[in-house]
Amino acid sequence: MSAREWRNLGLAAAALGVVALLPLFDTGYWLSVGVSIAMYTVLATSWALFSGPTHYISLATAAFYGIGMYIVGVGIGVLPFAVLVLAAAVAGAVLSAIIGLATLRLSGVYFVIFTLGLAELVRQLVAWVQATLGASSGLYVLTGITEPMIYWQLLALAGLVYLVGWRIGRSRLGFALRIIGNDEVVAVHSGINTARAKVVLFVISGTVASITGAILAPRWTFIEPTLAFGAMLSFQVVIMALLGGAHRLWGPLVGVIPFTILSDVISAKFPNQTTLLLGAAFLLIVYLIPNGVVGVLETLARTRARENG
Amino acid sequence: MADPANGAAALAVSALTKNFSGLTAVSAMSFELARNEVLGLIGPNGSGKTTVINLVSGALKPSAGAIRLYGEEIGGAAPAAIARMGVARTFQIVRMLPSMSVLENVMAGGVFGHSRHWGDDLRDRARALVARVGLAVAGETPVSALTYIDQKRVELARALIADPKVLLLDEWLAGLNPTELKTGIALIEALRGEGRTILVVEHVMDAIRSLCDRCVVMSSGAMIAEGAPAEVLADAEVIRAYLGDADA
Repeated sequence: MSAREWRNLGLAAAALGVVALLPLFDTGYWLSVGVSIAMYTVLATSWALFSGPTHYISLATAAFYGIGMYIVGVGIGVLPFAVLVLAAAVAGAVLSAIIGLATLRLSGVYFVIFTLGLAELVRQLVAWVQATLGASSGLYVLTGITEPMIYWQLLALAGLVYLVGWRIGRSRLGFALRIIGNDEVVAVHSGINTARAKVVLFVISGTVASITGAILAPRWTFIEPTLAFGAMLSFQVVIMALLGGAHRLWGPLVGVIPFTILSDVISAKFPNQTTLLLGAAFLLIVYLIPNGVVGVLETLARTRARENG
Repeated sequence: MADPANGAAALAVSALTKNFSGLTAVSAMSFELARNEVLGLIGPNGSGKTTVINLVSGALKPSAGAIRLYGEEIGGAAPAAIARMGVARTFQIVRMLPSMSVLENVMAGGVFGHSRHWGDDLRDRARALVARVGLAVAGETPVSALTYIDQKRVELARALIADPKVLLLDEWLAGLNPTELKTGIALIEALRGEGRTILVVEHVMDAIRSLCDRCVVMSSGAMIAEGAPAEVLADAEVIRAYLGDADA
């Protein structure tokens, strides 16, 4: 590793250390915003690991997230929390591997629709199982896990996601994904097993989403299918990643922070028009800044370099 | 000249056939490409030349027949697997990786293919090939800034970096102006001088005459002639295929 990379790694670790101090100053509103930001950072960054280079838009985040959450909900009285998080990771990995193998041969819009349908399918399945078993419509998650603990767990997961993403970016796998995103025909004729590369990244992003759901389960004392598998979550993750810029590792973070605060304000001030306003925001982002804030910044930097050069 | 190891031709195509729902694009083609040979695959438009390239490189699966690379069957295998076994190709319409630099475009061919490299080794090889194919631009240049012939050079370098056993050039010289054409022919001639084994699909007759050891002529999906370029191009049936009947 070069000196510059060590410096960047040090700076990133220091920044993570600083934001980890948040619960010492506030355990109310701002901590709750912090948890949301940490959660969306993890989800959007891991989403972009797969969708950024390949341009496959996955709307399955909620499916994996919900499964992680439900595993904790079902097992919390029986097994220790750490074991359940691990189980959620395994379940997320297995499910995303199956889905990846089955669907990544689909292209473009077919893949998008399938992933969207998947989250809905799992939600209906869970609701049906609960109704058949005669249980209530949801599950109680009663633990001693406090909000600062959730926050720190999410930060640790975010750090892990960044490390994995950084490592992939420097690896043959990362190079293969960039080639696939540019031209899949060139990729296969260059000897790249495109299906395997895509499945590996899809599994990473599905696993992370599932762990995120598991970590967040104790935040809600009562979970039900609409909360755990809400399609809105999948869309928000996509919007945030695109707003920031999905082609850089740190891009989604740039989108997550303003959008989390914005959607918080919108849902507080306009509770009945939330979906409408978020939809409008989505359209504007895709239309006006297709490469995200990072893309805009990079264009500005290039223009300036040309003017000075 | 055969491979000393097992006596098999570099590429042996036998009774190769491809049907597209009733239409036969390639019909029982058989030919061999010897080691270190440059073989021209020619014929009028729509005669099935590119289909043959696509079958050999794995982009299409044969309906019948066999394709052997040094005796090993590759017909019907996945294109990535065929690339790893040692077949590299260029495309009739040039295919660049638009978001990548010239150097990265070349490197793309040398990581997962027949010959695999990474890190400084890969970069050095890519630089050497950029110079080898006559690109006079910096490696960091975006490919969108290149002229057409330079994009073709990038594609050629990307195919060569995998050190293929067989190189497939699909109309690599098409679309070049007369000056570029001379440069292009000289470049492929130099590859031939290196002892590369090449199958060229080409329309440019000058190129065929000066580059190819032998030619295979296709018309309507079938082989109609085979032999040295000069005699093949004088063949009455070949002339008829290109120009139509004398009384037409």
